[in-house]
Amino acid sequence: MKCFSRYLPYIFRPPNTILSSSCHTEADIISTVEFNHTGELLATGDKGGRVVIFQREQESKNQVHRRGEYNVYSTFQSHEPEFDYLKSLEIEEKINKIRWLPQQNAAYFLLSTNDKTVKLWKVSERDKRPEGYNLKDEEGRLRDPATITTLRVPVLRPMDLMVEATPRRVFANAHTYHINSISVNSDYETYMSADDLRINLWNFEITNQSFNIVDIKPANMEELTEVITAAEFHPHHCNTFVYSSSKGTIRLCDMRASALCDRHTKFFEEPEDPSNRSFFSEIISSISDVKFSHSGRYIMTRDYLTVKVWDLNMESRPIETYQVHDYLRSKLCSLYENDCIFDKFECVWNGSDSVIMTGSYNNFFRMFDRNTKRDVTLEASRENSKPRAILKPRKVCVGGKRRKDEISVDSLDFSKKILHTAWHPSENIIAVAATNNLYIFQDKVN
Amino acid sequence: MEGPESAMAVVAGLRTPENVTCVLPRGTMFARGLKRKCWDGDEDVEGAPAAPSYSLQRQSLLDMSLVKLQLCHTLVEPNLCRSVLIANTVRQIQEEMTQDGAWQLPAPPVAGRGPLDHLVSTEILCRAAWEQQGQRPAPDLPSELPGALGAPAPGSAQSCIWEADSSRGHRGSFPKSLDQIFETLESRAPSPVEGLFADAGGPYYDLDAVLTGMVGGKSGPGGGDGLQALAPAGAPPPSASCKRDLGELDHVVEILVET
Repeated sequence: MKCFSRYLPYIFRPPNTILSSSCHTEADIISTVEFNHTGELLATGDKGGRVVIFQREQESKNQVHRRGEYNVYSTFQSHEPEFDYLKSLEIEEKINKIRWLPQQNAAYFLLSTNDKTVKLWKVSERDKRPEGYNLKDEEGRLRDPATITTLRVPVLRPMDLMVEATPRRVFANAHTYHINSISVNSDYETYMSADDLRINLWNFEITNQSFNIVDIKPANMEELTEVITAAEFHPHHCNTFVYSSSKGTIRLCDMRASALCDRHTKFFEEPEDPSNRSFFSEIISSISDVKFSHSGRYIMTRDYLTVKVWDLNMESRPIETYQVHDYLRSKLCSLYENDCIFDKFECVWNGSDSVIMTGSYNNFFRMFDRNTKRDVTLEASRENSKPRAILKPRKVCVGGKRRKDEISVDSLDFSKKILHTAWHPSENIIAVAATNNLYIFQDKVN
Repeated sequence: MEGPESAMAVVAGLRTPENVTCVLPRGTMFARGLKRKCWDGDEDVEGAPAAPSYSLQRQSLLDMSLVKLQLCHTLVEPNLCRSVLIANTVRQIQEEMTQDGAWQLPAPPVAGRGPLDHLVSTEILCRAAWEQQGQRPAPDLPSELPGALGAPAPGSAQSCIWEADSSRGHRGSFPKSLDQIFETLESRAPSPVEGLFADAGGPYYDLDAVLTGMVGGKSGPGGGDGLQALAPAGAPPPSASCKRDLGELDHVVEILVET
């Protein structure tokens, strides 16, 4: 088997277990995946409004070769389905995004959002409990004061570890349209939430107010031709953020310029290629995800067929363009018919910004090495992932003779799409969500 | 009340009949062997002719897009991004069709025919049978009516909808969004409700198209004449009264029961 370590700096191994729910229902479909800032925790949100947090087990001295694996740490129901009586519409409980706050004390904090409401959750451990109360007995029942003859000081005794999640803030009623992004500011005091037409700035401490910083709703809704698709704060500059649109443009805004950032500071757009023009050009140019590099120097955007890397200092065109699945270009009409053309794929950077990753169909996901310009297609599937074996690269055959291990375009399963992936902040560990299954791949241990 | 009006407008508005095939032109070049409505790639399909012509493909894409904009039977708010992208695609197609001359624009509308707009919008979609035969409307009909009946069915449906818009003051320029169609549906009085029932072939009407006509309220004075021309002889003239509304309701129920 070909070894791809020459092409990419690492090879990924499937995990011992693939984390998935026991029965596959619609509610189990994973809708977001996110590592925390240290990579110790990995959170997933699903269509049923649940959040499941995995924690990496500590590497023990005895098992040096066994890299820390991720086990379930906490599970809680973040959002419930709601009904908007005014509009006679359901509000889905699906978790659209999870974003972690940097850890400042023993507890972990994360933001999770559905279409309308953002919540701040505190996840904390409890491994001790107080015993020896004076006024209560061991079961918590009040004691008759007349029976108390002595006083004692309650002591903390160890107990089985309990992880509890509590909602600390609920940020509601600020979005008319569907929230697609949340982003924590580098000041750690504020965050933004973006829906199709507006972006709001929140302070973590204040739930009954938010500032509207972007509003692209036209006065006359009949003139609506463009929506916001994603937004993110700059990783270091707390005054800067970007948002992408359905027309394939990215706007960088500076909050110091004005209270309402309707006028952008920078405008990133690639000129259209006239030779590729079709009725689907606009749809496939719609940006589904935008991510700053860790360095803050670049932004990466994902549209239907490509991933692009932009230098913040150059607005005229991206500096790099990677084809994710160009063989779909001739299938756009069918993909429009079955709505797959509207699938929103995400993209991620690795910790050093040297490799980018995004998903595709048939449970394939792609990695591009920006330095060597090599790329690889991998598959997240049980059948092809023997534990501890090396992930075998996959190839899609575009035409002509199909080689033995290749798969033809017409055999691709478009219902198996990898929309959400995450990369550990410093190590070569990736999390890939394939419908209701979560795959965590780690690179081989030397 | 603020809300995702454009998406909701689509929900409240454009509804083609449940039997969607009636909107597609008969006698198209899509032979039975074609496994998809689309013509992607160079797929070799048994028994099919050479790839459909560009204009037919374009028309088919337009049909598909209009169908996609229907948001029947969803309880959850539709995806605004998707709706906007589809609406933009429809607009693009129609602009190109206009430039090609494939879009037949009827004569300029007569002033004062406003109240009939929404009649046109819904009725055209229900008139699949008429469009196949390329029938022309009676001369005293407002020009928003299927002037483009000669064009393939969905094209004419769409052209009339746009025409309804242009009669409202956007003449000469393309309506900016499909919301304009639905504004007419929502804002106008339902006087021409009888017109909806005129061609009462069960499958061509669905509850929503009918109810949309019901929502607005009383009829307007100008609606009657045009209606008379549309409806077959024997349909009662509309009168602005509550009793009439109740009568319409009965009529609706009758139709539903029949279908």
